[in-house]
Amino acid sequence: MSLSTFLQQCLTGISLGGAYALIAIGYTLVYGILRLINFAHGDIFMMAGYFMIFAMATFPWYIAIPIVLLITVLLGVSIERVAYRPLRTAPRMSVMISAIGVSYLLQNLATYLFTALPKGYPEIPFLKKIFKIGGLSASFVTFLTPVLTLIIVYALIILINKTKIGMAMRAVSKDYDTASLMGIKINRVITFTFAIGSLLAAVGSILYFTDRMTVFPFSGSLPGLKCFVAAVFGGIGSIPGAVIGGFILGLGETALVAMGYSTFSDAFTFVLLIVILLIKPTGLFGEKTTDKV
Amino acid sequence: MLKIDNLRVNYGGIEAVKGISFEVPDKSIVTLIGANGAGKSTTLRSIVGLAKPSAGSSITLDGKELIGMDTPDIVSKGIALVPEGRRVFPDMTVIENIKIGAYLRNDNLDEDINWVYDLFPRLKERSWQLSGTLSGGEQQMLAVARALMSHPRILMMDEPSLGLAPLIVKDIFSIIKEINKKGVTVLLIEQNANMALHTADVGYVLETGRITLSGPGKELLADESVKAAYLGKKKD
Repeated sequence: MSLSTFLQQCLTGISLGGAYALIAIGYTLVYGILRLINFAHGDIFMMAGYFMIFAMATFPWYIAIPIVLLITVLLGVSIERVAYRPLRTAPRMSVMISAIGVSYLLQNLATYLFTALPKGYPEIPFLKKIFKIGGLSASFVTFLTPVLTLIIVYALIILINKTKIGMAMRAVSKDYDTASLMGIKINRVITFTFAIGSLLAAVGSILYFTDRMTVFPFSGSLPGLKCFVAAVFGGIGSIPGAVIGGFILGLGETALVAMGYSTFSDAFTFVLLIVILLIKPTGLFGEKTTDKV
Repeated sequence: MLKIDNLRVNYGGIEAVKGISFEVPDKSIVTLIGANGAGKSTTLRSIVGLAKPSAGSSITLDGKELIGMDTPDIVSKGIALVPEGRRVFPDMTVIENIKIGAYLRNDNLDEDINWVYDLFPRLKERSWQLSGTLSGGEQQMLAVARALMSHPRILMMDEPSLGLAPLIVKDIFSIIKEINKKGVTVLLIEQNANMALHTADVGYVLETGRITLSGPGKELLADESVKAAYLGKKKD
């Protein structure tokens, strides 16, 4: 394999990893606050793909993108409102089952509304433009994805560590009762968390589908599952963990494809999951479970 | 004035508080003493809306009913609770814990941060330390400092002396008095009846969900049954 082919594959892997990272953050944020694995997250990502198809049918891309981001956020927030909030005091298992229900609901709703046939994803002209840097050539989206991911992650970390709402999120993730004693409205913080998670899923969906060209009702389930694994690998609840997990997954998968084992590229994810669960069940940056009382 | 009238609270079929009534006049120190399971914490948790009282109960602040309001709304009325077991946020630094106490405020905090650091110089030294690494006494100081940052009219404390060395308990109680002198009403619940009754203007004795005795702190200290039950002195 020549150096330029190697670099080309690395670029593809990093780009795929960036999109995975954005989705994985959604899992990790929601888990951090609610201790809930939001199984519907991958399907929110899929729905964002359909929203883009319809938005681009009537609007130019610079209007379509904000519309898609907004509608996806609304979808994520309403799912929390309708399917998770009424179960706030129920056992965690009930909420999880509700999440699985929402996931199936969205898949079937999409099948019913848009049919199971893959629909072509619209081309956003500037994202598809071919760029050449040295010996590397790829569409602009491939270069943009990792850069955008890092910028978003940086902004998110600033938000969580330096702002008031971020402080409230950290407080709620530790202790609901004490957080509300500080005057923090728990439900508002949870809504905000779902809004951010869904926003990132929408951004991830635009970057991911631009490269893949089609959307169908189940195109959220495998990426969703993979990104969940990425979040677990990095240590669920940890944002840097989710990002690193996303990149490792993207690079590993691409490496297998490049070596000619494309049949096993999906299996890589699950081997990774088994290995991390055996060696370090809390993930790379997982929460320590020791508490000082 | 905070007024509790016929408060009843059920926990999974067990009535933890069985119809208690008491008043907390402005600028006073009131204490509820009693053994484990007497219903002290449940009473405080009901006042801030963390426990749900049964129908017929009433908790009013200056005549306004608090039952049914969300905890953050009750807190915004000027009631702060230092919870049992301190409950500082362990992954946040000392200064972050202090700032989160002022979550509802949007003005400049510098003056108040200096004030609580003057009250608890030890916290100032540890400003950038993670709160989970503090000792129990320091965490208690931090929990009090955090509650003060919201400028409460009424500061409620759930067993501030629990698990602390006697010297630190003395410190905490002298600070409670100092805070009270600044015009903050204090509602204190304690198992350390001796310290609590020495500090309080009025005391109530709570036994298995009922108030069995009440009166000025000094009077209760002299009461024979209180002596026997809580102060470890034999009846003559």
